[in-house]
Amino acid sequence: MRPHRVRFLSIAAVVATAAIVLAACSSGGSSTTSAGSKKPIMIGVSVSLTGDFSADGQAFQRGYNLWASDVNSSGGLLGRQVKLVYLDDKSDPTQGSTNVQQLISSDHVDLLFGPFSSLITGPTASVAARYGYAMIEGAGGAPAVFNTPSNKAKHNVFDVSYPIVDQYDPLTTWIKSMPAAQRPKTAAYPIVDNPFTIPPEQRAQQQLEGTGVKTVYSKVLPAELPNANSVADQVAATKADAVLLGTVDVPTVAAFLKAFQQQHYNPKILAATAGPDQGAAFLKAVGTANATGVMTANGWYGGYDNPQSKKMVQEYIAKYGGSPSDINSDVAEGYGVGQVTAQAVKATSGTDQAKIISYLHSGVTLSSVQGPVKFDSLGMNTKPVVFVFQWQNGNYAQVLPVGAPGSGQVLFPKPNWGG
Amino acid sequence: MGHQLTRAIIDGVLTGGVYALMAVGLTLIFGVLDIINIAQGILVVLAAYLSYLLSVHLHLDLFVGLLVTTPVMFGLGVLIQVLFMRRLRGRERTSMSLLASYAVMIIIEGILYLSFGPDYVTLNAWYVNQSLHILGFYLPWIYLFGFALAVIMVAVLYVLLYRTKFGRSLRATMQNRTAARLIGIDINRVAAIAFGIGVGVTSVGGVAFGATNAFNPNSGYDLISRLLAIIILGGMGSIGGALAAAIMMGTVESVVDIWSPTWSVVVFYLALVLVLTFRPQGLFGQREARAQ
Repeated sequence: MRPHRVRFLSIAAVVATAAIVLAACSSGGSSTTSAGSKKPIMIGVSVSLTGDFSADGQAFQRGYNLWASDVNSSGGLLGRQVKLVYLDDKSDPTQGSTNVQQLISSDHVDLLFGPFSSLITGPTASVAARYGYAMIEGAGGAPAVFNTPSNKAKHNVFDVSYPIVDQYDPLTTWIKSMPAAQRPKTAAYPIVDNPFTIPPEQRAQQQLEGTGVKTVYSKVLPAELPNANSVADQVAATKADAVLLGTVDVPTVAAFLKAFQQQHYNPKILAATAGPDQGAAFLKAVGTANATGVMTANGWYGGYDNPQSKKMVQEYIAKYGGSPSDINSDVAEGYGVGQVTAQAVKATSGTDQAKIISYLHSGVTLSSVQGPVKFDSLGMNTKPVVFVFQWQNGNYAQVLPVGAPGSGQVLFPKPNWGG
Repeated sequence: MGHQLTRAIIDGVLTGGVYALMAVGLTLIFGVLDIINIAQGILVVLAAYLSYLLSVHLHLDLFVGLLVTTPVMFGLGVLIQVLFMRRLRGRERTSMSLLASYAVMIIIEGILYLSFGPDYVTLNAWYVNQSLHILGFYLPWIYLFGFALAVIMVAVLYVLLYRTKFGRSLRATMQNRTAARLIGIDINRVAAIAFGIGVGVTSVGGVAFGATNAFNPNSGYDLISRLLAIIILGGMGSIGGALAAAIMMGTVESVVDIWSPTWSVVVFYLALVLVLTFRPQGLFGQREARAQ
């Protein structure tokens, strides 16, 4: 009986082991499948949470978070929740590149969202290209971002916002259309050294000179402008009829406005490439009265007549308070990045970077809170409409192009300083 | 060109006054305690925020608000000295103070971010945007007041340091701690008060900075490198040197701005290198200042 018992036990052991192995295999398989379907989609974001661009960076973060919250509350992407992994680039391109490297090679994120500003987007997109990742972004519209060797080779940059080069076109077109007697005779172009500011300023200068508007000041200022009042005083001394500031942030615009007021100088037209687009943050820094008449170009504003935009604005106000005019355009740019990414992920049924890049370059027209999005071969959005906005007594009003839906009356000449 | 150059020089001198207000505390702390207070930039920003709170919520005039902010900043300075700086001893004290004050800077910056967020604000009063029109030039009142305050502050601190018993005990503590203790000076108390004064005077710099710039919790970073350049050029520890160097910095930059704003900062730092090559102790070097 002993041999029988041994054989029985041996067979039982083999069966039990096999059962365990089978169970383990099947359980492992099912657990992989199950975990795979439930595992969140990790999205890496390197953005400026501190440093010079922190106001913009944190506004972008709000846009990203708002999008993620919307997606997750409606069941996620492909049935998976999305999780945003943030790293602070401290407003430094080198740190941004390091962060993207970490997000890809260490954190193994599935997708990347872009940082704030062309200055940081260019180098970080090059790192992403090295790993074959798409860099879908909303604030890197300068030619320097698209014309990098890495993007020409890998075509991985996708800017959901407007290309910034021609952002002043509605303004210059409007100036050209003025009767000669009303048209500004002179213009000044103080330009902070940044890939975001120089191309549109140079283009506007060229266009206005072609119309006969004499340039009385055109200088590139250091990126870190420690003594803006001295430069502003020189601009004020020119008494230019129009001033087109090439700025990237609120404090520089605020410094110019303050110095102009101190020098009793009030140009007929005062526009800035960025700064006035920051909603309540701009008003807080310069005051509602002094903001009146200041113009800027952008692809979006809180009152934009677009159903997706209206929904986002409502959600933003419900969460953070304020009015549509208070909302920083960075919020919409960030939200738009999420929307375009989501459409690409759904269309390709996954997060395969090559498929996503190929899909985004397929000529498909996507939608976002900023309007339609369609990319050319270098990732520039070919569909956006650029508007010029003007602060009018605390209201961020669309004023140009003239006759475009939603465009109101331009306050011209710019009202005097409010105090 | 003459008018333009004169305007640039005026701008530079007045801007220098504002920077001197911010740098005086930094050089005072180094001069007396041999501590390089990297947190000076964020302390200026903190002082500006305190003035902002008083101005917005209590409608206090910016300069009247100094009656509140100066004692608060003085108290904070004493606290920082007791908690972070007092334990630093020996030869490594100066270099270790960089790390300790860096920690202070990070803590204050974090608190400011939590309290105020990243949005920029600015200080307002009638004299912030108005100017005095004289001889064809508009001179902003805020810069005129800032310059006058800088001169007054330098004079007061000079008298305090070099013409009072308290000042003598301060300098004695710096020169020889053991000897100072032997003659009955409470060196811990003296160091705490000196640090407190250095931080307390920053409140004035905070008003000048906040009224001439939009600021947020990050603004301290841009400030500190310039403040350090000023006190190195003026001579570390020299109160008058800080004023002179700040004026020099402002003037050089404003004048170069006429031709090329891109070069203005470069030219100033070249001038700084040149001065230090021939006078490593700065324009009004430490030894000379302490010997007065």
